[in-house]
Amino acid sequence: MIESIFIALSGLGAGFAYLVTQGLPNVVMMLIGGGLLYLAIKKDVEPLLLVPIGFGCLLVNMPLGDLMEPGGILRFFYDTGIITELFPLLIFVGIGAMTDFGPLLENPKILLLGAAGQFGIFLALLLALALGFTQLEAVCIGIIGACDGPTAIYVTTQYAPHLLGAVSVAAYSYMSLVPIIQPPIMRLLTTQREKTIRMEMVQGTISKTTRILFPILVTVVTGLIAPKGLPLMGMIMLGNFLKESGAVARLTSASENEIANVVTLFLGLAIGGTMEGHAFLKAQTLAIFALGLLAICLDTVAGVMFGKLMCFLSGGKINPLIGAAGISAYPMAARVVQNQGRLYDKKNYLLMHAMGANTGGQIGSVMAAAIMLSILKGMGLV
Amino acid sequence: MDKWSFGISVTIVGMGGTLLTLWLLSLLTRILKNAFPPAEAPSSTAQNQGGEAK
Repeated sequence: MIESIFIALSGLGAGFAYLVTQGLPNVVMMLIGGGLLYLAIKKDVEPLLLVPIGFGCLLVNMPLGDLMEPGGILRFFYDTGIITELFPLLIFVGIGAMTDFGPLLENPKILLLGAAGQFGIFLALLLALALGFTQLEAVCIGIIGACDGPTAIYVTTQYAPHLLGAVSVAAYSYMSLVPIIQPPIMRLLTTQREKTIRMEMVQGTISKTTRILFPILVTVVTGLIAPKGLPLMGMIMLGNFLKESGAVARLTSASENEIANVVTLFLGLAIGGTMEGHAFLKAQTLAIFALGLLAICLDTVAGVMFGKLMCFLSGGKINPLIGAAGISAYPMAARVVQNQGRLYDKKNYLLMHAMGANTGGQIGSVMAAAIMLSILKGMGLV
Repeated sequence: MDKWSFGISVTIVGMGGTLLTLWLLSLLTRILKNAFPPAEAPSSTAQNQGGEAK
């Protein structure tokens, strides 16, 4: 009798025993999970994502809980929504429904800034190859530079699922750090004269028909050029089409509210579930974070430099600062541009132009990923 | 294919392809705007009239 009570009690202490004997990585990851929760709650750093990610990280590192083993709840979210690519694609429907392409349509040429803002993806890819990552791993690390969480998750799930935790946490963390990362680069690369350029604001040049046809145009053109990226671009444009059509207010509302909220919760938990201590705490993870940061810095450099080129070609009518918004990270990068512009001229309103470049960056980041996927397919690597 | 051939090919084709696709989209968007103009004439704001700050 006494013996069976001791046996039963030993079952209760197994978790503590595991932590003491082999659980140091789990303890470190629980602290990291706590750090993510602190950043999200106290510092307002991407709370919608970092709260479920942080809590998922905490859950998966509790010893012997088996939440990521077959049959576990986090494993279920992961298998159902991440492996199938369902969650990032559903998030994209919501993003499309929340995005206003109006500023971009007013001045279509600033779409090019959205391409320049993806340059860091490719430089980070080269650096990742130099550090010894495999080709497919390097592609997934480079995609952090897209500054677009769902795109990074979509690509990494397909080609390097073992890096999913590091890549997605890096992508979302750096997106939230855009107001800290970008301003020094913007200040360094532009002259006083360029910083104070005011841009013409034209409004009301877009018809309802143009707004409705734009998502269809983007879907068809990009789908023909890079079919492997069609799920990404198709979903974001579907969301925008629902909104612009004006005919399905309930679906638009569901996409940008209920669906986006529910999926964000499950997506975050599933990503947190990939942050198990023994798998996550590696030198490789630090390298991924460093390369991701570099990618976003290089995106900003390329965007501002391309902005300077457009400024020169337009005879000084384009403020190069808006190039920094070409990195996606919508709408935070556009707000950074507006704030920087007003530091040097309090009556300079760059927000609408920056929003245009920012939505161009959204299309650019998805397009860069789509083209990369199609290249990999063409090379026979996938 | 060695990793450097891979990396440089992906960089050139990827960056070039992204730039060309977005240029094509901007061109088609301009055509779309001209084909379906709004009912009323556009309005410019008085505050930011282009060019440099005075």
